[in-house]
Amino acid sequence: MNTTSLPHSETRPAMTSPARALLKEHSMTLGYALLFVVLAFSVENFFSAANIVGLLLSVAQIGMVACTMMFCLASRDFDLSVGSTIAFAGVLGAIVLERTGSVGLAIAGGLGAGALIGAGNGVLIAYLRVNALIATLATMLMVRGLAFIASQGQAVGIADEGFISFGDTTLLGLPLPIWMTATCFLIFGVLLNHTVFGRNALAIGGNPEAARLAGVRVERLRVWIFLLQGVVTALAGLILSARITSGQPNAATGFELDVISACVLGGVSLQGGKARIFGVVIGVLIMGTVENVMNLLNVDAFYQYLVRGLILLAAVLLDQLKTRGERRA
Amino acid sequence: MASLQFDNISKVFPGVKALNGVSFEARPGQVMGLLGENGAGKSTLLKILGGQYRPDGGRLLIDGRERQFASAGDAIRAGVAIIHQELQYVSELTVAENVLLGRLPTRLGLVDHKAARRLVAAQLAAIGVDLDPAARLSDLSIAQRQMVEICKAVMQDARVIAFDEPTSSLSHRETEILFRLVKRLRAEGRTLIYISHRLEELYELCDACTIFRDGRRIVTHEAMAEVPRERLIADMVGRELQDIYDYRPREQGALRLQARGLRSDRLPEPLSFGVRGGEVLGFFGLVGAGRSELMRLLYGADARRGGEVLLDGAVVPARGPAEAIAAGIVLCPEDRKEQGILAHSSVAENINISCRRHGLAGGVFLRHGQEARRADEFIQKLRIKTPSREQEIRLLSGGNQQKVILARWLAEPGLKVLILDEPTRGIDVGAKNEIYRIIHDVAASGCCVIVISSELPEVLGIADRLIVMRDGRISGELARDQASETAALALALPDGITGAPAAPLH
Repeated sequence: MNTTSLPHSETRPAMTSPARALLKEHSMTLGYALLFVVLAFSVENFFSAANIVGLLLSVAQIGMVACTMMFCLASRDFDLSVGSTIAFAGVLGAIVLERTGSVGLAIAGGLGAGALIGAGNGVLIAYLRVNALIATLATMLMVRGLAFIASQGQAVGIADEGFISFGDTTLLGLPLPIWMTATCFLIFGVLLNHTVFGRNALAIGGNPEAARLAGVRVERLRVWIFLLQGVVTALAGLILSARITSGQPNAATGFELDVISACVLGGVSLQGGKARIFGVVIGVLIMGTVENVMNLLNVDAFYQYLVRGLILLAAVLLDQLKTRGERRA
Repeated sequence: MASLQFDNISKVFPGVKALNGVSFEARPGQVMGLLGENGAGKSTLLKILGGQYRPDGGRLLIDGRERQFASAGDAIRAGVAIIHQELQYVSELTVAENVLLGRLPTRLGLVDHKAARRLVAAQLAAIGVDLDPAARLSDLSIAQRQMVEICKAVMQDARVIAFDEPTSSLSHRETEILFRLVKRLRAEGRTLIYISHRLEELYELCDACTIFRDGRRIVTHEAMAEVPRERLIADMVGRELQDIYDYRPREQGALRLQARGLRSDRLPEPLSFGVRGGEVLGFFGLVGAGRSELMRLLYGADARRGGEVLLDGAVVPARGPAEAIAAGIVLCPEDRKEQGILAHSSVAENINISCRRHGLAGGVFLRHGQEARRADEFIQKLRIKTPSREQEIRLLSGGNQQKVILARWLAEPGLKVLILDEPTRGIDVGAKNEIYRIIHDVAASGCCVIVISSELPEVLGIADRLIVMRDGRISGELARDQASETAALALALPDGITGAPAAPLH
């Protein structure tokens, strides 16, 4: 318990002035805007069209998956299996393409696999009551294994121009993956704020039992959230394989942590019940920008890990400071 | 000399004067009751006494010495202990460890468990509590955990002990044990502060009482027993309330809801009952008699082993609450905080969560304008005190939270059966009265209403008919004109009325 200076903030947190509340609400956005301006002036080559497009392209996958991860975290769940799903969907797409030559079948196969993995996670967690961390840790390992088994440990090359064009077609100057990510943000933003699905996801994250007694079909909703997560992740995997023109069984290792970091940077609460799509956009951009700048500055890869960890920690600590006292009220 | 004295204490929160120049004293060997509606300032005062808040003005004196507590630790060192409504313990530790937490005896740097148990056993015996010091808190009942807390207070040599609604989750028998202990502490010459919403309890226990309203002390009665009940209520609410139950006879229609042979693992005996349209059916029984379990079965919240529910002749699917709601059956659960409210969501969100499914644009998209209007409408209609519909519901008082949950269900266009489990627990008199009126109106519109309550005067006051449960069975049924406290208690108590004194329930 605090000793002296905090009696006010400790007691009635909701009654802060509107200006302060606004600042609190958008502190991360302001922080990012400031960072962007500073970098634009201080780092050579940062503020160029080519670099910004490259930056956005580098976070396209993270951005797409962060949309559904946001739902997952908002409903007080967790998904570690997304990195493996990306690899498996890419490998599977490449194999189907190789065998059948049909782009449609390759995409359907990849997305179908993603849906199955997601639904499997959902059933394990919602109906069989396995802890989400453990359940998705298990599927993470299994799906990664399947990716290696299916590809026999080798990258599966992709030669089909039609498929590859998903990764490098440009529209109005921006590559297709960026448009797809933007579309994801739009769709899931609407889903979160303007549909029963989104409000109920937040409700079960806030208080699962109260939500159930208020008529939310909690189990079914959980399965849907994981299923969507699987499909979107598989889509990200297929796009990645198109961009690197092969299905790589060891692709996207550690990806799940990047996605969760981006969500947390964006203010999504791991306790569930709180999520804002705009925050997640900012979180993803912060992740991408920091990596981009470190690359521009030729920072050693070893140090990049350190910096990314520090930024995540700083963001979470900032959040703690902001909400300090609220928890005691 | 007064051992506890509040002198002109004030406390301001942004926008609210929680305490406004409050002065009164409590003497050793006296139980001082604090009365007032929620938000009147009792809890704030207790938090100042316990060192959690610092007053913005005025002085707190203990044994004539002015005290300024900067933390809860300071208060404990000054001999003040607060027994909070929500107890503070470590459930995986033993009784002895909890009592001595932070000051466990050690030998060679290791905790001396034997000495700890001996010390605590002696203290427990001294206050007449029969508990094993080696038992884990998680294995004890709430009442027993409360005893542990009290033992801890005594062990810390607290001269001033304050109780904040200690009986809100105790059974009849446990309440008696608590009362005996409180009286014992009084006889030892400690100064006791007692907060409760139950007047019967205050009459039984308190020597004096102080009434709060809107952050001010209204009056202190040195001899509480001489003050009539109506006077106390009038002082609390600031107006005369003739009959807070506000019962008016209603037209009763045909049998609408029928529960037939419901049973579960917790309720092995099949249970059946029916409710007519326009009827308020009360359920009384001791804590643990199975009333809440029965309602959860009816609502589909727990798994059934058998039986069926019929509403207007049609079977209601048992799959879950969503199906019950679709059929028109709704439940305001017993534990508002854990099962009712979405704490961090807004008042509007809490109201709209269920009924919004009816008004979707294109069957998919929420109509934000309509939801906002609906929230405002109910805030006004049920007189929910909140700065705005966007306020997080957890910041509202208990009574207002309950009204929000009620609004959630009143907004259901197909409402047919309203089930309320302890609808007024921890709620002040004024808000109770308003909730009773809502219950009446819902029934008068032809719906079935079921009210579970552990407060006998309440169920007797509002129900048309009373079903009494005991040990998972329906032990009897009383029509309104036959229902009396003795008759209901006789059906509710294990050995009938002869086995246990009915004192606290007068």
